[in-house]
Amino acid sequence: MFAEFLQFLLSGVTVGAAYGLVALGFSIIYNASHVINFAQGEFVMLGGMSTVFLMAAGLPMPVAVVLAVLVTVVLGLLLEKLAIEPARGAGVVPLIIITIGASIFLRGVAQVAMDREFHAMPPFTGDAPIMIAGATILPQSLWVFGGMAVMGMLLWYFFARARFGKAMLATAYNPLAARLIGVNTRLVLLCSFGLSALLGSVAGILLAPITFTSYDVGIMLGLKGFCAAILGGMGHGAGAVVGGLIVGIAEAMGAGYISSEYKDAIAFIIILLVLFFMPNGLFGKRTTERV
Amino acid sequence: MAPEARSPTSPATSPAGPLLEVRGLCSHYGRIQALHGVDLEIAAGELVALVGANGAGKTTLLRAISGVQPVTSGDILLAGESVVGASASRRVRSGIAQVPEGRQMFGPMSVEDNLMLGAYTRDQRQVATDLDGVYAMFPMLRERHRQAAGTLSGGQQQMLSIGRALMARPRLLLLDEPSMGLAPNLVEEIFATVEGLKESGTTIFLVEQNAYAALSIADRGYVMETGRVVLSAAGRALLADEKVKAAYLGL
Ligand SMILES: Nc1ncnc2c1ncn2[C@@H]1O[C@H](COP(=O)(O)OP(=O)(O)OP(=O)(O)O)[C@@H](O)[C@H]1O
Ligand SMILES: [Mg+2]
Repeated sequence: MFAEFLQFLLSGVTVGAAYGLVALGFSIIYNASHVINFAQGEFVMLGGMSTVFLMAAGLPMPVAVVLAVLVTVVLGLLLEKLAIEPARGAGVVPLIIITIGASIFLRGVAQVAMDREFHAMPPFTGDAPIMIAGATILPQSLWVFGGMAVMGMLLWYFFARARFGKAMLATAYNPLAARLIGVNTRLVLLCSFGLSALLGSVAGILLAPITFTSYDVGIMLGLKGFCAAILGGMGHGAGAVVGGLIVGIAEAMGAGYISSEYKDAIAFIIILLVLFFMPNGLFGKRTTERV
Repeated sequence: MAPEARSPTSPATSPAGPLLEVRGLCSHYGRIQALHGVDLEIAAGELVALVGANGAGKTTLLRAISGVQPVTSGDILLAGESVVGASASRRVRSGIAQVPEGRQMFGPMSVEDNLMLGAYTRDQRQVATDLDGVYAMFPMLRERHRQAAGTLSGGQQQMLSIGRALMARPRLLLLDEPSMGLAPNLVEEIFATVEGLKESGTTIFLVEQNAYAALSIADRGYVMETGRVVLSAAGRALLADEKVKAAYLGL
């Protein structure tokens, strides 16, 4: 009984950690621009798929991983420069539609440049399961969880301590005031896309050995990450991580105790419930601003 | 040998020109024209007030000077050099800081973070003494340095907003209705602060609805109506002007 529960919990936490990273990517771009970047899932796909293909080309895994992250970040920056920046004055909704177009485009390019097959990436450090109180966990799960913890701490440090990180936060809270103190808010927007691409690609690479990867994994992973971001409160860092874990765990429990056919439906039920009952999410904006 | 062996043609050494000069400035919101050729100038060390009714274009003018509102024609010169083509960030670096209308806090961030962000464009090693200076000017901010800016009262936020702008060490300080919505004793405190800043040598461009108080402390004043400057004179002279009395002082 307990071992079974623990097993579901562990697998939920593993995918949940990856959802959390994707959700952080959504939140960072949202904070910089109020845009929901629907190409976020494609960053996840690009991370995993590029690693697989770079390894197939003969590169050792660590090199392939670093290059895949770089490629994704460059594509994220290009997306901002070529598609978002020129339309910046057009308002939020056109920008969101542009990101949807970009996601279709990136998926198409991945299909042509790589392929339409499913790929299994080898785990980072073997696949001998580790036993914990009757449940098993793959070493790769520890990589996913550790990866999220490290990225989360680096991000926390960046936004709480680094000068440019604070300027990015300031832009989220008050873009006009940020410009008036001399923050280059265009650069903030560009960096938000780079940072989100970084987070997405890391999530995709960490998860690929567990879940397989293909040109279209970004659709589901993107939507789950979006759901996590909404649940945590769009734009809230810790909320994104907690939201990711909750979505992952709920999904694993649903798949384990109800039926694995409902696995993907659970994220959508969560979105609907959140939007209906607490549209600001768990950690969403409390009104601290006095006018 | 003369101590100042500078080139006589160098504009940086000519003390004659105004610190800020606005020439024929026009600005639009879409098709609506908000500024219709505004001309004004402010000499270094001056405190100049700008008064005018709601919607006259005062905020638009200040935003255009700071570079966050597009300009359709005209020129803005800071110490003789045109800045219309410069980004908002460059203008802060060249010495223009603004205390915006409505205070514009970074609400969830601490008082100290708000102040330090005011010095965003500067070398961070040089700002510690300025932070102490702002805390000395507003001891209440030091007491609350860890509190979220959004939880301060309106008057405290206004002081924080002024402190944040001062952290940029501006040559020219633009103040947009700093007394708006404050209780009378706080209004007095804000005006005393502005006078103190002038004494200490800061050049100030003060936009106010509270025309009487603003013109009383100003060296000179401009009156704006529907996007145009319609009157300009010494502060006291404007206070005595019949038209100004009727329109802005309720006399
Ligand atoms: N964002 C905007 N979009 C369209 N029109 C605007 C916008 N902001 C201001 N305006 C218009 O531009 C004109 C000048 O406005 P502005 O805010 O500069 O006036 P103001 O003198 O600062 O007024 P107040 O005393 O109310 O602050 C007004 O007619 C106003 O309606
Ligand atoms: Mg105004």
